[in-house]
Amino acid sequence: MFAERLTRNEVAARVAQDIPDGAYVNLGIGLPTLVSNFLPADREVILHTENGMLGMGPEARPDQLDPDLINAGKIPVTATLGASYFHHGDSFAMMRGGHLDVCVLGALQVSQFGDLANWSTGEPGAIPAVGGAMDLAIGAKNVYVMMDLSTKQGQSKLVDECSYPLTGMRCVSRIYTDVAVFGLSAAGATVTQLFGDATVDALRDLTGLALIDGTSA
Amino acid sequence: MISKVVRSISEALSDIGDGSKIMIGGFGLAGQPGELIDGLIEQGASHLTVINNNAGNGTTGLAALLRNGQVDKIVCSFPRQADSQVFDELYRAGKIELELVPQGNLAERIRAGGAGIGAFYTPTGFGTKLAEGKETRTINGREYVLEYPMVADFALISAFKADRLGNLLYRKTARNFGPIMASAATTTIVQVDDVVALGALDPESVVTPGIFVDRVVAVGSRFDREEWAGVR
Repeated sequence: MFAERLTRNEVAARVAQDIPDGAYVNLGIGLPTLVSNFLPADREVILHTENGMLGMGPEARPDQLDPDLINAGKIPVTATLGASYFHHGDSFAMMRGGHLDVCVLGALQVSQFGDLANWSTGEPGAIPAVGGAMDLAIGAKNVYVMMDLSTKQGQSKLVDECSYPLTGMRCVSRIYTDVAVFGLSAAGATVTQLFGDATVDALRDLTGLALIDGTSA
Repeated sequence: MISKVVRSISEALSDIGDGSKIMIGGFGLAGQPGELIDGLIEQGASHLTVINNNAGNGTTGLAALLRNGQVDKIVCSFPRQADSQVFDELYRAGKIELELVPQGNLAERIRAGGAGIGAFYTPTGFGTKLAEGKETRTINGREYVLEYPMVADFALISAFKADRLGNLLYRKTARNFGPIMASAATTTIVQVDDVVALGALDPESVVTPGIFVDRVVAVGSRFDREEWAGVR
């Protein structure tokens, strides 16, 4: 199924197209950070990192390394002109208070109604770690997920109900995957764009969901 | 005359007793008060409860404090990392207790502790395992979880510059938990790169006003850039 998939960079580029000029954006650790490489040059987008900066720039080159300037993944980064620093109370107020326009997160599973599971597989004996995931999930005006649609074992990560522990309820509004883009709402999941050889019927087979066909809209 | 400046780390930490609850600043290594933690290892207080975002990186700083067996319990948001081997081993051996708190709730509980707030309702964590057993409430159609403030006996934080009144400036993302922890502890102990003359800090730029600070100790520059690049 789905011989032609987008690469992760292509998915990141697709997400970047939907980030408007002037947006304040948090890109989650891992895959979502790729999105910053594809933001169109004619749009001014301010990146937030929850450890305490607005106006985060690219990863630091060896000659720019500064231990006091890192991102949420603890990677040394740079600051853009007009950047600002703030403490954790303020940083999470920006998130929880709905001040960020877009947050892009990775996911283990997303339900068709927008429930997100991305912090724990619930495996017994695993050491739990949540970080800012729950704050990001419920805080931004628009929460987008970027992920492969299937696990390595071929199971859909877009599901009726998450089996992994939840990060947030009814919080994701859009999923960008390697085979399609989905819009999520209380009515369920709508396919809004297909990539490669994917069809809505094939996606219905894979996910087991009664997906709404929004591709002609 | 007020002077919060103490001459040595051992003097700054002398009254930390066994069983103390200690907030330690930092996000990973940025803002971690490495010299104060080294001093606490030397000082030897045990059965500590530590509040930090993480549970130690590598084998120095907070990780070394854990390895030294001084910490019974850690309250944090993100213990498991690629280089959290010291904590991982203690946790798996049942030698350390963990209270996992979503990062924004950790920050807000600390802020509330310093601000004299009795409790607060937050949307973060609602409907998740981390809110199980907690009071919830629907306010204006949105669901919230009741969270209680957090305070501590001591806060150990790292800042960039201080004056003798304890007014603080931080540097870049090393600010992270410093300002809120400074307000939430009975005794706040700060290591700084430099103590500057009264009047040298622009009052408009002071980040933590000295009222939140009890002791300041100058430690000089905190890192060797080349060495740090290798251990990250």
